[in-house]
Amino acid sequence: MKLGRRKFIKGTVAAGAVTAAGFPHIWIKDSSLAYAAGGEIKVGVLFSLTGTTAIVEESLHKATILAIEEVNAAGGINGMQIKPIVEDPASDPATFAEKARKLVLGDRCVSVFGSYTSASRKAVLPVFEKRKNLYFYPTLYEGRECSKNVIYTGAVPNQQQDEFVPWLIEKFGKRWSLIGSNYIYPKEENNYCKKLLAQYGAEVIREEYVPLGHSEFSSVVNKFRSEKPDVIFSTVVGDSVVALHRQYRAGGLDPEKMPMASLTTSENEVAAMGGDAAAGHFTSAPYFMVYDSPENQKFVEAYRSRWGGDKVTHFVSEPSYFQVHLFKQAVEKLGAGDISPKTIREAIKGEEMIAPQGKVRIEPENLHTYLWPKIGQCQSDGQFKMLKTTSEWLEPVPYKAYPNQTCTESGLKES
Amino acid sequence: METILAQILTGLSIASILLLVALGLAIIYGTTGVINLAHGEFVMIGAYTAWALQTYVGVGLIESLVVIFFTVALFGWIIEKTVIRHLYRRPLDTILATWGIGVMAQQAIRLAVGGELRYVQMPSAMSSSVSILGIEISAFRLFILALSAVIFGFTWYLMYRTSIGMKLRAISQDREIASCFGIQSKRIYGLTFAYGAGLAGLAGALVSPLKSVSPEMGTTYVVDAFMVVVLGGVESLIGTVASSVILGELTGFLAFYSNDTLAKVLVFLAIVVLIRFRPQGLFAAKVRS
Repeated sequence: MKLGRRKFIKGTVAAGAVTAAGFPHIWIKDSSLAYAAGGEIKVGVLFSLTGTTAIVEESLHKATILAIEEVNAAGGINGMQIKPIVEDPASDPATFAEKARKLVLGDRCVSVFGSYTSASRKAVLPVFEKRKNLYFYPTLYEGRECSKNVIYTGAVPNQQQDEFVPWLIEKFGKRWSLIGSNYIYPKEENNYCKKLLAQYGAEVIREEYVPLGHSEFSSVVNKFRSEKPDVIFSTVVGDSVVALHRQYRAGGLDPEKMPMASLTTSENEVAAMGGDAAAGHFTSAPYFMVYDSPENQKFVEAYRSRWGGDKVTHFVSEPSYFQVHLFKQAVEKLGAGDISPKTIREAIKGEEMIAPQGKVRIEPENLHTYLWPKIGQCQSDGQFKMLKTTSEWLEPVPYKAYPNQTCTESGLKES
Repeated sequence: METILAQILTGLSIASILLLVALGLAIIYGTTGVINLAHGEFVMIGAYTAWALQTYVGVGLIESLVVIFFTVALFGWIIEKTVIRHLYRRPLDTILATWGIGVMAQQAIRLAVGGELRYVQMPSAMSSSVSILGIEISAFRLFILALSAVIFGFTWYLMYRTSIGMKLRAISQDREIASCFGIQSKRIYGLTFAYGAGLAGLAGALVSPLKSVSPEMGTTYVVDAFMVVVLGGVESLIGTVASSVILGELTGFLAFYSNDTLAKVLVFLAIVVLIRFRPQGLFAAKVRS
């Protein structure tokens, strides 16, 4: 077949058109450039705005949005704006999974910030692991998880308890009563607590769990009254915390003789139970609203001017806030074409910043966070009085209660 | 001995809260036959009214109880006039409709005042505990106990000693015949619904200083209230009291000697077994259907 001049030109033009229009298209689709298209970086924001846990998750949502707005107002990340895609999973784990899938596959978000409860984190985990995406989880939780697709910025049991438990034993005594809501988080925390107590020669006189959302604590209060424990170690969550404290107070028990030591009572719950019911009890957490640092002052002021002067910040909203800034630092190190969940994960390993609670760092092996646990005693004005701060940041050890297991870069190691 | 006495008192305290919540439900169901799934939201609205009055008007809980009763009663009356009225001959649809009203009420509150837990102050005179026969008990719980007895007495009087109560009982026995005697069932239904809602509102206001106030708080109460009504038998005021006391004491003792999780399971189990053998409840009044 003879190749005519006209035909030749037609052919080259067609081929050229394909190269110009078609190839880059395919090329974009395959590379990570799509994650940062049009001067925007899309991230998902996945906190419940309706349903039972919306009470807390709303504040996490607000802290996340505040941080994103701050980053954008300061010029974004290498000139690119963060675009939050907000979904409401309605406090339902199945909806969490569905919305996560939508954010990762439909919207092609490069990372997602979300979840408060462990149940919702467990529900979205398969989505992020299968799609090799990245999930930023701000809540203190029970540990015992080792995923390469989650960045954990909340405390794990060793960070909240290592200083807290011996301090309480020394101050109040060795007869402990453990009470929690009936699900995995309190059980794992108590599991670790019992190990620590055994180590310090203290005894557990009662370990008890109430149904989630329980609000009738009169029998529990009677038990405290008759058994007189030195310390009541509480991992009751949500509105049950409020009911427990109020009924403890109404029952005439004295926090000076048998204080409740909690891992879950924050400014949020205290505002709802009233300062008089909360006064005298203790909480261990990496962050309190009253913590005195320039970064925290800035955070509290920004939060209040954005969302209302009566709003409180607490130990879950603070990580929700700083993890966005950590995300920004990690992405900043990458070229626009290199931005992908995988490169962000690699870039965020060992990343440090001065958060409102102090200088935090992502542990490169287990992707949890070095934090600054503090002990606070609640006052009748509804704020905490800081009694003790660790002298060093505490390393996150998500498998501390299981000495033969360690979370490493390549996954969970059994020995 | 002291422990047992303390536990009996605790059981009575639980029972008084159950009674407050269930009484309105029992009256509405007994009279109109409507299974009111929005009852928990009436409780919730009562608690929020108490919160609003305290926060924005500065009125204490005790002083605002009357206002709360009439506010929630008005809300109930409006619901009856606008929605329930059209559904009396379709009992299944009332379940769906009242459930929908409940969901809407929750979200309306969330949109209006936000989803945070709210704080209602306990009257300062009752914020500590008192000692009776050597037993420490919360003064506010005693107050609830006393008040629920008063409210029950008043309701009983209303039902059995006034003409409106007589009309109401006549309607619940046979609506057609009662109409033939000139009783305006529409008006009575509206008032019943309002009264039941008002009682639920009071319950919400009274528990708010002991528990927490949130848009979803009603859901747990409505389950408990149904337990009471199912166990006691509908249309029986005495049955409602008796089953409140039984459930309160049972829950209290089981929770004390085991734990609250197990107590809940055992109580539910007992009720399931009971309705298997006595579906009409313990104290069913004989009514022609």
